[in-house]
Amino acid sequence: MTNVTERTSEPPRLHVRQRARELYRAREILWNLVRKELKVKYTASVLGAVWSLLNPVVFLAVFAFVTRIFKGGITDYPAFLLAGLLAWNLFSVSLSNGAQSVIANANLVKKVYFPREILPLGTVGVCLVDFVLQSTVLIVFFVVSGYGFQLNVVWLYPFAFVALLLMTVAFTMFVAALNVRYRDVQHLIGLAVLVWFWMTPIVYSAGAVYQFMIDSRFHINGWRLYLVNPVSWVVMGFQRALYHSSDAAKVLAPYSAPQLAGGLSVVIAIAAVAVYLSWRLYFSMSGDFAEEL
Amino acid sequence: MSDIAIEVSDLSKRFRVYREKPTSLKQRILSGRTRAEDFWALRDVSLEVATGGTMGLIGNNGSGKSTLLKVIAGILRPTKGLVRERGRIAGLIELGAGFHPELTGRENVYLNASFLGLSRAETDAVYDDVVGFAELEDFMDTAVKFYSSGMLVRLGFACAVHVDPEIILIDEVLAVGDEGFQARCLDKVRSFQREGRSIVIVSHALDQVRQLCDQAVMLDHGRVHAIGAPDDVVREMRLTILHHDLEFAREEGSKEVEIVAVDLLRGGLPVQGAIPSGETLTIQVDVRAPEPVEDPVVSFGLHDATNAFVFGDDTAHHGLELGTIHGTRRVRFALGPIPVTGGTYWVTLGVHSRDSARVYHVQDQRYSFQVQQADGRRDQLSFPVTVEMESL
Repeated sequence: MTNVTERTSEPPRLHVRQRARELYRAREILWNLVRKELKVKYTASVLGAVWSLLNPVVFLAVFAFVTRIFKGGITDYPAFLLAGLLAWNLFSVSLSNGAQSVIANANLVKKVYFPREILPLGTVGVCLVDFVLQSTVLIVFFVVSGYGFQLNVVWLYPFAFVALLLMTVAFTMFVAALNVRYRDVQHLIGLAVLVWFWMTPIVYSAGAVYQFMIDSRFHINGWRLYLVNPVSWVVMGFQRALYHSSDAAKVLAPYSAPQLAGGLSVVIAIAAVAVYLSWRLYFSMSGDFAEEL
Repeated sequence: MSDIAIEVSDLSKRFRVYREKPTSLKQRILSGRTRAEDFWALRDVSLEVATGGTMGLIGNNGSGKSTLLKVIAGILRPTKGLVRERGRIAGLIELGAGFHPELTGRENVYLNASFLGLSRAETDAVYDDVVGFAELEDFMDTAVKFYSSGMLVRLGFACAVHVDPEIILIDEVLAVGDEGFQARCLDKVRSFQREGRSIVIVSHALDQVRQLCDQAVMLDHGRVHAIGAPDDVVREMRLTILHHDLEFAREEGSKEVEIVAVDLLRGGLPVQGAIPSGETLTIQVDVRAPEPVEDPVVSFGLHDATNAFVFGDDTAHHGLELGTIHGTRRVRFALGPIPVTGGTYWVTLGVHSRDSARVYHVQDQRYSFQVQQADGRRDQLSFPVTVEMESL
């Protein structure tokens, strides 16, 4: 079996199925790069992977303190915060590290041939490992504390997760491609992530935002505008799936789990298109990475 | 199935060279695109490597050899033209390419093998061979940032040759490593040739190209300057070096005694044109010692156009003691009658201490002369022959 490869000056067009097969064949590279990143990230540090757990714990401590002071009291605040925060961490860290992923691996890009999509996908992979670690701790925490899960809402979790993953891949690939040519992107990401974080109901409750908008002169339109942010939907999905304290009706967005499943399905569809578009952009730009670095 | 493994047709590669590379949006908008200058690293290059063939790429620094290799490997995209390949490619583009300094040798073998298309299980199967070939059994759990360059290249080469590639690209890396390892690399290359794999080698070692390759290409400023049998291409390379790029000829030494002038003379006059075989030739060397130097030896060597060593001699061999020299001395080697025929011969000159421990000055194959071949003959040497007949 001999496969013929042709290289021409044409910027390659993305044939999704064919390229997906190529990526599948290169999956070993992806595993190895993820392993490499994790190892490099943690080998020289004393605490190792504990660092990835420390982040949400510190967040929790800080925001528990702040909300107590501002009397924004949410019952079982840790459960509420962590439900949204872990998802947000996956998204935001992927984005900021993904922007650097091609540049950080310049020595590989310039000297070895491999499907370049591996690099941003590897970043997402590393964040995914952290996400799984943190989620495991979260689950243990839920079970041990007796907070538990409610079966009538927890089924929403996969919807939220798929939407989160697709959106993360789409945005990460997009910024990774652009940042090779325009190094502004990495600075922009820092600011964008900060704004985005506060525009998403992670540390404060979506229910409070809803009430505020309804009471204000923007009324329902203000709330609709707030919902344009797709990450809000994802976070609201995770919160609905995991948070079920007595005042959930007041704290969470005024949507039932089935309603959120519908909303998340739309987000998934949009995110899938976004993945395709940013993949296409990345793919056509990746041929020039070796000389742009 | 075709018998062409790599087909390159009308390949051009342009790099945009920015005076000051504008990589931020603001700079790009403010400066526009006018600052970019085009640099053509490759221009209309066409060549074919037969399946099972070995192609040598030679040329001066900056002639486009490595760029061509990178386009073939898929790292760079052609600006014009086409590259078509049949089979799995393993590229050894550079020392330590595809290694991560923080990872151990073992982890890097797996990483590198995955770049070359091997699964974990397949890598498990060849792992011991790779380590054995690289002779790094004791260092596989050491991070490669602690490796010497020789160790790195051994591991890289060992990985590349154990992944069962159909096409292998080698850039200069054979020049590193000790002699024993180099010999094993060459063995490996030869066994690849026997197995019918296709190889492209970039090298500055012209005699290596002659020995290993069945075809050679000389690039000059991105264009194919010569293509064909390695002997012819290597000869062309030497001529080009002589005419255009004297600096390229190797020169070394402490210059405590310096070669200041070299003349090739016949009958007291500079050599004109080709010398008929059997004639004499004088190599006249002027050396100068700014400070007194004790007992130096002046030597010369001759190489033929294929870079094979033909003959060498020195003053010590003839019992000529130069004594302590200070200032300029002239040494004449009278050669004759010249027993070689037909071709260009390259003269290397050197001044060194009697025990060769100190090299004062060497000019490596910087001068040349040509010897005429009698019409209709194809001898390499002319023996003095007398012939007689007797009746029995």
